[in-house]
Amino acid sequence: MFDSYSASELGAIFAMQGFAGLSLFSVFVLMALGLAIIFGQMGVINMAHGEFMILGAYVTYLCSHLVENYAPGLFGVYFFGAMILAFLASGALGMLVEWALIRHLYKRPLDTLLATWGLSLILQQLYRSVFGAREVGVTLPDWLMGSFNLTDMIEVPINGVFVMGLTILITLGVYLMMFRSSWGKQVRAVVQNRTMAGAVGINTEMTDRLTFGIGCGIAGVAGAAFTMIGSTGPTAGQLYIVDTFLVVVFGGAASLLGTIASAFTISQAQSTLEFFLSGSMAKVFTLLTVVGILMLRPQGLFSLKVRK
Amino acid sequence: MKSGFTLYTRKELISLLILAALIFLVFPAVLDVFRLNLVGKYLTYAFVAVGLVLCWGYGGILSLGQGLFFGLGGYGMAMFLKLEASTPEATKIQSTPGIPDFMDWNQLTALPGFWQPFHSFPLTLVLMIAVPTAFAWLIGVAMFKRRVGGVYFAIITQALAAILTVLIIGQQGYTGGVNGITDLRTLLGWDIRTDSAKFILYFVNGGLLMAALVACQFVRKSKVGRLLVAMRDKEDRVRFSGYDVANFKIFIFCFAAALCAIGGAMFTLQVGFMSPSFVGIVPSIEMVIFCAVGGRLSLFGAVYGALLVNWAKTSLSESFPELWLFAMGGLFIAVVLAFPNGLAGVYDSVASRIGKRRAAAPEGAPDAPPAPSDLAVPAAAAHRQPAAAAKDDEERLLLGGDRFLGKPAS
Amino acid sequence: MNATSTLQPDFLLAVESLTVSFDGFKAVDDLSFYIDENEIRVIIGPNGAGKTTVLDLICGRTRATEGSIKFRGKELTTMREDRIVHEGVGRKFQTPSIYEDLTVFENLEISFPRGRSVWGALLFKRDKEVKERVQEIAEMIFLADLLDLKAAYLSHGQKQWLEIGMLLIQDPDLLMLDEPVAGMSVSERKKTAALLNEIIKDRSVIVIEHDMKFVEDIADKVIVLHQGKILSQGTMEKVKNDPKVIDVYLGH
Repeated sequence: MFDSYSASELGAIFAMQGFAGLSLFSVFVLMALGLAIIFGQMGVINMAHGEFMILGAYVTYLCSHLVENYAPGLFGVYFFGAMILAFLASGALGMLVEWALIRHLYKRPLDTLLATWGLSLILQQLYRSVFGAREVGVTLPDWLMGSFNLTDMIEVPINGVFVMGLTILITLGVYLMMFRSSWGKQVRAVVQNRTMAGAVGINTEMTDRLTFGIGCGIAGVAGAAFTMIGSTGPTAGQLYIVDTFLVVVFGGAASLLGTIASAFTISQAQSTLEFFLSGSMAKVFTLLTVVGILMLRPQGLFSLKVRK
Repeated sequence: MKSGFTLYTRKELISLLILAALIFLVFPAVLDVFRLNLVGKYLTYAFVAVGLVLCWGYGGILSLGQGLFFGLGGYGMAMFLKLEASTPEATKIQSTPGIPDFMDWNQLTALPGFWQPFHSFPLTLVLMIAVPTAFAWLIGVAMFKRRVGGVYFAIITQALAAILTVLIIGQQGYTGGVNGITDLRTLLGWDIRTDSAKFILYFVNGGLLMAALVACQFVRKSKVGRLLVAMRDKEDRVRFSGYDVANFKIFIFCFAAALCAIGGAMFTLQVGFMSPSFVGIVPSIEMVIFCAVGGRLSLFGAVYGALLVNWAKTSLSESFPELWLFAMGGLFIAVVLAFPNGLAGVYDSVASRIGKRRAAAPEGAPDAPPAPSDLAVPAAAAHRQPAAAAKDDEERLLLGGDRFLGKPAS
Repeated sequence: MNATSTLQPDFLLAVESLTVSFDGFKAVDDLSFYIDENEIRVIIGPNGAGKTTVLDLICGRTRATEGSIKFRGKELTTMREDRIVHEGVGRKFQTPSIYEDLTVFENLEISFPRGRSVWGALLFKRDKEVKERVQEIAEMIFLADLLDLKAAYLSHGQKQWLEIGMLLIQDPDLLMLDEPVAGMSVSERKKTAALLNEIIKDRSVIVIEHDMKFVEDIADKVIVLHQGKILSQGTMEKVKNDPKVIDVYLGH
């Protein structure tokens, strides 16, 4: 299949597809980070995770409109404020959902899955009623438009680079929070031994709620970042949820490094294949391979052997 | 103690007869053919729902990919019907006559190999069930032999349903793409689009559903049914009682898949087409809600659940399309939070409130006083407490001292 | 007696150089011991000594990193759990492991050694033989009057008895009991001791127990485990007076 391309063309193709893959990688990582906290640390399946992300996207969309119309001077930097608002909105909704729904279901993971699916349907319809069924996009500030031309054949869009930088920052933030802060230690303590953590004075209920809220908040930030490279519709979240779960499971549910590695592998495989096959077949091949590997190695790429 | 093997208790037999009367007498009497055909369509989902009762309710295996098997069964039937409708005479305006129209539109010039067996009706009947069941077997062997279950199984089956949808949509020329396989006309020369055919197909479907219910009841009442409950509760204990747990899970998953396939095939026959919109993530998880609403532990409940949810969906989305998703979402949440045993559970609790109330039995607490007769259950009344037990010497049974007592050991 | 093994023809169970490590931590370390037909062997030791892990290894719940376990000359370390049961090894868990949603009768019936394949279970008939055997066992474990009761409603002690009953109906040649009297009241303990004395006849038994009086009553030989290794073994008399044992376990 490579016969018809020259070596330099092939190089350019791989570079371009590699970059497209990196954008997909950013989306996967951003979405998977929240899930890795909620699913990996708490063991909760949140099928509405995509809708939390979309909430962040809609918040960003609203901000972009408001700023464009009422404070055009701030338009260059509105995105940063929008990101914080997206985090707060999704995080607050997450905590509400934890209080109303999730906390009753900690011992019934399969039921959590069904209930959060119900939640996702409700949120989708809510978005459709409020924002309409059509996809909406935000207006990018000028400095995010255009692209860098590395060589004649390789062009790199600026917004893509920006989102990637953002991904790295957020990932770093999550890492510091989970593994370097005392709060992260509390979360892990609660996960490993709820009774004991409660006994040593950790407010386990509050920890659960905050953890869930932060996981959802990160999804909101992911949604905000998502608007930089794509448009948003009520059902956009559902399109990614299966992929994201596969990313988290494939990486080994409790491992942050695993999540990133698996997001990288899956996104790169998919976008490279996409050039040679049709988009759908690339996806079929990638996902089938992932599922196949998971069947052989159910614990995912990174995991610990533990005593039963 | 129960003696011998009774497939149906009196109560269950009455429930079965009521359902049969509803399907074979009441619906045909009060509904016109159009509505009856709709009910028939709903009842094809009941095949999926009763399979889920065994698989999920009893065995604790939640599959979010039942649409995969429903779809494979439906596509099997659709391929046969499509080939029958694509005779060279009927398709002579195509550039390649004799192949399905969508293949011609996609520049295919010959029938793909995997379509060939579907020229034969007996082969179709076999493949339509064997292919989904074999798929289920493969998934089951890969997952259950490695002791993957629960949430992981749900996610993987969901991913598989998603993959099949993408595949079907992507491979238009071979599958009919997003529109599916449409314009199906006759089954062995018999026009399935007429009212009389729809009427007859409804009864065939009802008959098959009854047979499926009896088959499920047989499994439920056999030792397999009890083993499924046992495995859901204490999988290790079953294993160390000498059973290969994986084989039982594979069996029940395949059994449920075969039921889905029959449902799918009957769907195609009654609705007249098959498309990827009945295969993917959304329809698959909706199938779970049919079962959950009816009651995940009740075979009859699942049938009513499938009927009710689909009826609500049709009538709500006809008149208030926005409300439907809210209602559906609310249903998921309500059934999990408030009615984990669905309609059947509500029915049971109402029935028992009306009927004689038996004294509630408390949980036997660990380290409870040594008095089995404390149990507030009818049988316990007859249980005698050994005389010597109560005032026993509190001798130090532990030479090693109390420090080992009650602590979790290695 | 199975004579295929030329190495240890007389032992029912031969455990040799058994080692299991979890990420470098050796829970069981180069362990060897042998069990004769009809022998009662008790394993004692402080918490975390690896007692339960040894039973897990024999019944296949945990896989050995090194070493071998031979039962009547057959290697168990690579055998599937249900096959090990078919060979005649029965295991009682530390916390009562019964099916709470099933009745006492159904709990016992499931353990009845017939119809263990899928098809066998589909066609399994609750015939006279099954019913008589269940009745017989239920009487032994003091639950004959509670056969139709859901097991969830049993007291803790009754659940322990039920699990012992489930093993009895299986009729294993090697019975492994993990703290059979733990969490029981004094009177339940007495009944259980009597029950165990009854059921350990005509078979080999490995017991993990902290109740020293009980141990002295039944044990032929005692193994003291410490940090995955054998600290001392022999008769109870010998072990009790071993200074090392007093130091790590029995001492006050």
